Amino acid sequence: MVWLIPVLPLIGFLINGLGRKYLSRPITGFIGSGTVFLSFLISVYVFFNVRSGNTHVAHYFDFINITALKIGFDFQVDQLTSVFLLIITGVGFLIHVYSTAYMHDEEPKDFAKYFSFLNLFVFSMLLLVMGGNFVIMFIGWEGVGLCSYLLIGYWFKNTSYNIAAKKAFIMNRIGDLGFLLAVFWLISKLGTADYHEVFANTAKLSATDITGITLLLFVGAMGKSAQIPLYTWLPDAMAGPTPVSALIHAATMVTAGIYMIARSNILYTMSPVTQGVVAVVGLSTAILAATIALKQNDIKKVLAYSTVSQLGYMFLALGVGAYTGAVFHVMTHAFFKALLFLGAGSVIHAMSGEQDIRNMGGLKKYMSITHITFLLACLAIAGMPPFSGFFSKDEILAGAFSRSPLLWGVGVAGAIMTAFYMFRLYAMTFLGKFRGTPEQEHHLHESPMAMTIPLIILAILSVIGGWIGIPEVFMHGGHRLEAFLAPVFAQSNAITAKHAMSHETEYMLMGASVVLALAALVFAWRKYSKYQRTTVEESGLGKVLANKWYVDELYDTVIVKPVLSVAKYFNNVFEKKGIDGFVNGVGKAVNYGSRQIRLLQSGQVGTYVLMMVLGILIFFIIQLFL
Amino acid sequence: MEIQWYIGLAVALFCIGVAGVLTRRNSIIIFMCIELMLNAVNLLLVAFSKMHAASALVQSNPNVVSDAQIFVFFIMVVAAAEVSVGLAIIVMLYRNTHSVDVNFLNRLKN
Repeated sequence: MVWLIPVLPLIGFLINGLGRKYLSRPITGFIGSGTVFLSFLISVYVFFNVRSGNTHVAHYFDFINITALKIGFDFQVDQLTSVFLLIITGVGFLIHVYSTAYMHDEEPKDFAKYFSFLNLFVFSMLLLVMGGNFVIMFIGWEGVGLCSYLLIGYWFKNTSYNIAAKKAFIMNRIGDLGFLLAVFWLISKLGTADYHEVFANTAKLSATDITGITLLLFVGAMGKSAQIPLYTWLPDAMAGPTPVSALIHAATMVTAGIYMIARSNILYTMSPVTQGVVAVVGLSTAILAATIALKQNDIKKVLAYSTVSQLGYMFLALGVGAYTGAVFHVMTHAFFKALLFLGAGSVIHAMSGEQDIRNMGGLKKYMSITHITFLLACLAIAGMPPFSGFFSKDEILAGAFSRSPLLWGVGVAGAIMTAFYMFRLYAMTFLGKFRGTPEQEHHLHESPMAMTIPLIILAILSVIGGWIGIPEVFMHGGHRLEAFLAPVFAQSNAITAKHAMSHETEYMLMGASVVLALAALVFAWRKYSKYQRTTVEESGLGKVLANKWYVDELYDTVIVKPVLSVAKYFNNVFEKKGIDGFVNGVGKAVNYGSRQIRLLQSGQVGTYVLMMVLGILIFFIIQLFL
Repeated sequence: MEIQWYIGLAVALFCIGVAGVLTRRNSIIIFMCIELMLNAVNLLLVAFSKMHAASALVQSNPNVVSDAQIFVFFIMVVAAAEVSVGLAIIVMLYRNTHSVDVNFLNRLKN
């Protein structure tokens, strides 16, 4: 039964993709959303199954079967998988429903193309989380990268969108190289890529092996989940339709790296060096992206940098060994980030395509549902209790503190910035006076039900989603998620020394971060609710932040231009003169030769007789002397 | 007489014939040169036959003595047939082009 979960979206992909010229929009939307909904129902059933202790590995057929290496097409169903299944199919279904309304202006065949790509994406992502070995995970890993490319470049007639799609795909591939090298290393050392066998045989790997493999796997995660240095594709990926940004670049694809590390948690726990690297990279990404988000003026770019920043927090959690915290944050982040993106889509839809928040303002009286849900999501992401973000972020910060107070301090700085830029976004969009054009003002309206109902559902989840992870200090036995995921992280937890924190310390940490974030929140609210358009150019640090720390320009000079000039050299010298010259030269030589030989056919009988005589002479010589 | 003289004469005649075929323009002269070549070969055959008639191998078997001389008749018959056909072709060519010049016969060009 478990195999149906990915196969249903695959069928949806085939039907919508192959029939895109014949199906009407309502049918396409129904098939696209319906298959994901059915997958969601089966995922719920699987969840309850797993909760009663029924984890298993389902083997379907032999994918690679040679004497040296056996890799089966296995699906592994355990607690970690079922959490991710629920997130992917649940949030995915809501986004599919939202898309039916958001994309209703498209041609029926483009509409069907969109839904087929979305279904293919869901299929690949499900394959990724359900795979029973690293190879099946990699199939899904590649598939989601491909679908990301396809969907970012959905409006392919615009060249800059195509460039953004290419950038996303290429950066993903750089990460994939690291992933592949790690898998090869693993197979060469252990002879298997199966999760069960690898995690049972970790003793056979030397320390350098483990460090090397985990670092390379993390390189893969860097590309997929947009960490430094491979993060610049995510803000550019906002070129795709907003529901795509919500699904792929907020809730699911970018969490693939976290899933992968959570799955291989034993390998990471055994390698403190890599854990340090993961934590530092995650934290610096979190801070860097937060600083950039402070000065962005496109509603989707702010959310993109916010996503990069929150992913940094998740990697920080993985780096300090708080695996449950990371998965918890994945879940709550999926809720509120998808909500934020869908809300942004609602706003963009109402503003007839305007995305610059300097031209918005005062939208709360036109779009009350979007406004309330967006506000709830902002409160969640800022880490305000009792919303979901508070619980997950607090768990991460507590884990960071138990490793090093410095990590905690920097993490809290990031949380303050998060609260600030999110409420700057909220205030500039929804509060104050409307700053757009009169035509836009006429068009302002609340979005249709197909868009607002997913918003409401996600808002409810953002509010109550954190209550499955209530920490010990508040309620004994309240951390249901940790209890649920305990078998997955059991090996790691057995090794790590438990740093038990006293209740007072925890209250103090919580209180400090909440109070500071609240202060930033209120400050941003008051500063930006009376925002006026200014023509003052950014200067100094503001200019650097607004230009994203010039990282893209740095990559351009250091990497892109040299590669392009090498390519140009190869093109001009090797390709045009060398290979083309050779191939054309063969043609030219044949031409020349045939022209010369044609002259033999002069029609002169005398010449023919001469040729005959010469030929006989040559035969004689060969016969007699050779 | 030594056999070398006969060989020398026959080779000289043959080479003259070849040179004639290659260089002359008039197709009738070319035919004459072809005849010259054939006759040179005839001469050579007869000379060899007479040379071998004196050797012991041939003396023991009387039937072999005049084999080469008989072969000369074959060559003459073939020459005659070939000349008749060739001259017929030349007559047809002359009727079409009013010339026996070989250099004009380049209709097979290209």
